[in-house]
Amino acid sequence: MFRTRAVSRSRSRSRLVARPRRALAGALLAPAVVLGLAGCGSDDSGDSEDSAGSSNGGGSEVTLTVLAAASLTDVFEEAGAAYEEENPGTTVRFSFAGSQELVAQLDGGAPADVLVTADTDTMASAAELTGEPSVIARNELTIVTPPDNPAGVDELADLADPELRLVLAAPEVPAGRYGQEILTAAGVAAEPDSLEANVRAVLGKVQLGEADAGLVYVTDATVAGDEVHVVPIPEELNVVAEYPAATLNDAEHPEEAAEFVAWLNEEAARGLLAEAGFLVP
Amino acid sequence: MSGAPGRRRPPLTLALPALVAVGFLGVPLLGVLVDAPWGELAERLTEPAITEALRLSLVVSGWALLLSLLLGVPLAWLLARTDFHGRTLVRCLVILPMVLPPTVAGVALAQGFGRRGLLGEHLERLGVTLSFTTPGAVVAATFVAMPFLVISLEGALNGIEPHFEEAAATMGAGPLRTLWLVTLPMVRPALAAGAALCWARALGEFGATITFAGNLPGTTQTLPLKVYLLLQGDPAGATAVSLLLLVVAGAVLVALRGRWIPAVR
Repeated sequence: MFRTRAVSRSRSRSRLVARPRRALAGALLAPAVVLGLAGCGSDDSGDSEDSAGSSNGGGSEVTLTVLAAASLTDVFEEAGAAYEEENPGTTVRFSFAGSQELVAQLDGGAPADVLVTADTDTMASAAELTGEPSVIARNELTIVTPPDNPAGVDELADLADPELRLVLAAPEVPAGRYGQEILTAAGVAAEPDSLEANVRAVLGKVQLGEADAGLVYVTDATVAGDEVHVVPIPEELNVVAEYPAATLNDAEHPEEAAEFVAWLNEEAARGLLAEAGFLVP
Repeated sequence: MSGAPGRRRPPLTLALPALVAVGFLGVPLLGVLVDAPWGELAERLTEPAITEALRLSLVVSGWALLLSLLLGVPLAWLLARTDFHGRTLVRCLVILPMVLPPTVAGVALAQGFGRRGLLGEHLERLGVTLSFTTPGAVVAATFVAMPFLVISLEGALNGIEPHFEEAAATMGAGPLRTLWLVTLPMVRPALAAGAALCWARALGEFGATITFAGNLPGTTQTLPLKVYLLLQGDPAGATAVSLLLLVVAGAVLVALRGRWIPAVR
């Protein structure tokens, strides 16, 4: 417990640690629980989160909240940083999830300024909440396997193997619908072992080696780099996913939101998107 | 201060925050009740997709409870009755899943029991596959739920005098017989409470399941996962299922309460 003193900059934390120590004496139920906090929780390295929360202090600040499809995670974080650099005083905060879930969050009253989905259908389903959408990027799907491709997947038809541990995105999210379209078009009767809530969860299962194969966006495969093996899908069977971006009618900062959406169609953003493997309009 | 259970009015400084607490806990539940699609509740809840998820939820949480009892009761006894080296560490280990975000638990389970995890290969060689299977969902639920049983049972065991057990031992009862005939009956209320909490936690398990076991209808898609996916496109359906989970969990708590109150001395 030598850490307790060293981390004294966070006073409340050290107090949290100190008190239960004393209560330890009467090791009944409650102290036992607290003991867990004190004993096991001391190196949870949650410190980094504090700094993220308190970094935007001073000046007339605008924080834009952007709800974006999970497949945009990496490129948008980069784009956000670039935008913040170009527009001092503006902080762009992203919330990434499956497109359908983002719309569900908006229906539930989540405050946000911009919505970017991975398909036009989902964007259309939120039509009364958004301004006019514009397509900022396009994407295609690909098969990914763990680097050593343990199940020997070489083409779409191999996905029909019932022994194969195949993971797809759930039909509720665009990646799942696109995947199903591709499999249907190719006449492949695949039996997925899991239908993940978003496309990045599919990627994660493949990266972990839990799944033998998965269908993800080309850009997800780019992000994963060496951690996955890519088996391309023939052009004629592939689908093109469109990513529309729109401002939200209830945006707290409508002007900045419109600027951000316009910026996404500019050269700098397009460069980043293209670099990440997106097809740009 | 005196032990008299006075009926005097509680001081406002305590009553007010307590009322706020009750409201805070009650309002969301009330929201589910108000928002539930009462008119079409029956047909929504008897949809095959829902009954399938419900069946799976009951199977998974039932197995999780059974496993927790089989493994957790001996562990609680060991923690309470013996003084072995590293006991504090073991207790930490038991409590950790309670304070860990369930998704982290799911990642940890994958690294431990997943195909490429520490034990995954050995399990696979034995023909045991956990990821994307119902047993995997059971493992996830047990991992997060067992601590509730262990901790409440350990607390109760610490509270009873060991000389009853010693007396049984001097009369020739073996340790298992003593546990079964003397110790467990004495802690029955705590055991029931711990089991109820453990089961309810297993029934509600979401994060570790979706992370470790995946999400496939009929295999790993339990009711909480179904609620999550229903929320993406059919919020009314999600509310209906939430109501079902609420009622099931509430019913069990009420039923168990009736059971263990007479046992309290």
